[in-house]
Amino acid sequence: MEEIVEKILPRYTPEKKDGLIPILQEVQKEQGYLTEEAVEKIGKYLNLPVNKIYGVAAFYDQFRFRRAGHFHVQICHGTTCHLFGASTYLNEIEKQLKIKAGSTSRDRRFSLEIVNCLGACNQAPVLKVNDTYYPMVTPDDLTRIIRTIKEKTE
Amino acid sequence: MPSPTTLPAKEFLIEKVLKSYSGIFDKSTADRLADLRREKIVRPVIYVGMGSCGLIAGAAQTYAAVERHILENKLEVDLVRVGCNGLCSAEPVLDVQLPGKARISFRNATEEKVEDLLNSAFHRTLIEDTVLGQYKVSGHEDWPNIPYVDQLPFFARQHRNILRHAGIFSPYSIDDYLARGGYKSLYKTVLNYTADKACEIIELSELRGRGGGGYPTGRKWRIAFNMGSDQKYLVCNADESDPGAFMDRAIIEADPHRVIEGVIIAAYAIGANNAYIYVRSDYEQSLKILENALLQAREYGFIGENIFGSGFNLNILLRQGAGAFVCGEETALIASLEGRRGVPQAKPPYPAEKGLFGHPTIVNNVETLANVPAIMENGPQWFKTIGTKESKGTKVFSIAGKSLHTGFIEIPMGITINEIVTEIAGGIKSGKALKAVQIGGPSGVFIYPSETGTEIGFESLKEIGAPVGLGGFIILDEETCMVSLSKYFLNFLQKESCGKCIPCREGTKRMLEILEGITRRPKEESSHETLERFKGVVQLENLAEVIRDTSLCGLGQNASNPVLSSLKWFRDEYEEHIFDRKCRAGVCHDLRTFFIDVDLCNGCNVCQKRCPENAIIGSLKMPHFIVESKCTGCGICFESCKFSAIYFK
Repeated sequence: MEEIVEKILPRYTPEKKDGLIPILQEVQKEQGYLTEEAVEKIGKYLNLPVNKIYGVAAFYDQFRFRRAGHFHVQICHGTTCHLFGASTYLNEIEKQLKIKAGSTSRDRRFSLEIVNCLGACNQAPVLKVNDTYYPMVTPDDLTRIIRTIKEKTE
Repeated sequence: MPSPTTLPAKEFLIEKVLKSYSGIFDKSTADRLADLRREKIVRPVIYVGMGSCGLIAGAAQTYAAVERHILENKLEVDLVRVGCNGLCSAEPVLDVQLPGKARISFRNATEEKVEDLLNSAFHRTLIEDTVLGQYKVSGHEDWPNIPYVDQLPFFARQHRNILRHAGIFSPYSIDDYLARGGYKSLYKTVLNYTADKACEIIELSELRGRGGGGYPTGRKWRIAFNMGSDQKYLVCNADESDPGAFMDRAIIEADPHRVIEGVIIAAYAIGANNAYIYVRSDYEQSLKILENALLQAREYGFIGENIFGSGFNLNILLRQGAGAFVCGEETALIASLEGRRGVPQAKPPYPAEKGLFGHPTIVNNVETLANVPAIMENGPQWFKTIGTKESKGTKVFSIAGKSLHTGFIEIPMGITINEIVTEIAGGIKSGKALKAVQIGGPSGVFIYPSETGTEIGFESLKEIGAPVGLGGFIILDEETCMVSLSKYFLNFLQKESCGKCIPCREGTKRMLEILEGITRRPKEESSHETLERFKGVVQLENLAEVIRDTSLCGLGQNASNPVLSSLKWFRDEYEEHIFDRKCRAGVCHDLRTFFIDVDLCNGCNVCQKRCPENAIIGSLKMPHFIVESKCTGCGICFESCKFSAIYFK
């Protein structure tokens, strides 16, 4: 973990504070979420108070402070997906996986996230599990997808 | 002088094509160019549409299947990844071009169909309903009984200028763009025009910002041009977070170099040496394509030091937006680029005077900048011939919702909304009636069918309260609940409100609460409560107006648009929710009342046991009955019935 941050930081000049968001993005990309240690390190490097960094990071939806689950489920909740029943699907997923949107299950098997719009409205409703997209999800598809990821982590 | 046939592609394209002012080539150059444009081919070419929409529909699997097919049959073909052609509902699209034959396009070419489709093309035994159409190419033999792509209803009314290469060539190849006259405008501008003249051309063309406000682009550039500053910035805004809109993504993924060329010309015109392209982070594909395109442009010397020997330097940085809707607003975007929370600032000072790091900054939308190269190439008068009196040029819209065709389109300003719905989008898929058209996403309005005669244009749309810049175009049918959709938009805006100013932060929350109150089943049915709920709606209007008048930025000012416009046209639906506790579309879950179909119920007792309110009565093996006054509409019985005997109204 430590090395990742060490590796990323030298690519940015400490005097330039505009590097903060790209640094956070890179760190998150590498380690999946932002750890306390990483934030402290970045703060020291850029000479910024840690609370300021949390202030920025918490403002943007992209940043996570908790590790994502083994299966990271993203559900598109754009307008078209909403029209095609994304809210019902969201409720169903929350019920089945027993987690709320934006959180990770305690055993780190699943995490659930709502994304604003993936820009594939013709394929609504869209579901994404890790790197796989599921277009035009039907209730049966949903049951199958959930069953599969549950079985795979047991 | 080396002959055009022996030069490497890069040198050939720069020296012979880009730097040729006349555009008239000798035979060997023309031949080589036709080869690079894939107009004259010796071996078959297969194209797979791999925009984000295609990838989600399974284009990656299609691509792999094509690769497998080529390997297995030892075919001598070229395989090219192209962008989306605009008709997203036909994704994944697979094109085949045989030597001497017109290029043919297959629709919905999923993995398992690939083999049959390729065989049908190579054996010239096409099955008509698998084919989308064919592209007309001069000197090529047409396929019999296959329609031309540009004559399909979806494409026929379009005027493709920015999107002219969408789905045609590879967004990964700068050579493809150069072979079709790309970067010529840049060459012409940088070497022949002063920055002053470049601003003037855009001013004369009357190009207006496509990002929302519709501010004249040339005038904006002029302000920055006139500012004396050692450092100026140009920002290309591709932070398209509006749910249901994907024009920027479509433009970038179809023709990234056109956007980059626009950025370079704009930076030259205002005198900026640094430019940013700010792309939303969820658009992974766009980011990948732009990153690659920027590398190529740098390698070819179109970005960097001393561009074309003119002494003009430019550095372009690609930045990922971190997922905040409000960052589409220019001052918030600038704050985000500076590494701060994306909170808007009061204007003036405008960013053109004092923007990024306190320096003059121009923020232009992707579509605005993509218009620039063609204007520079053909002149401002050409641009003015397209469109209406006050809105020139074309506009890209993304079409989604319940229509037959969905995707993105480019139409000349002046077409009516109705023409888009019925002719281009092909009407409603299910054959139901059109209920409304939603333009502009959470900041937009609902357009009632009686208003669909309105022309697309900045002023004409403003008259009915819609911002044209946000090109999300969502077609709604009767199955849509307007109250629920307004609630969805408010929920989105409430979540995305940056929290700086009170009307927006608190007001959207209160509005959302009122709508939630309307769509929730009341605990008791006293008339007093109904009255209170109705008062909520009256307050809703007041509240919406206050938020509109007192918010700082566009997000807040337009936050009440969906509510106000739905109240204007669909007041009866709100009243139905309040007084009759009824949602005619059956979308608002809490308002459903369940009934048991006596003929289907076999009295298995499952629903009765599961009902948390004990609202179901009946004895075993006899049809059950739901006591309406006890039912809370939770839907547990509906889900647990194995015989579909429970229905709702």
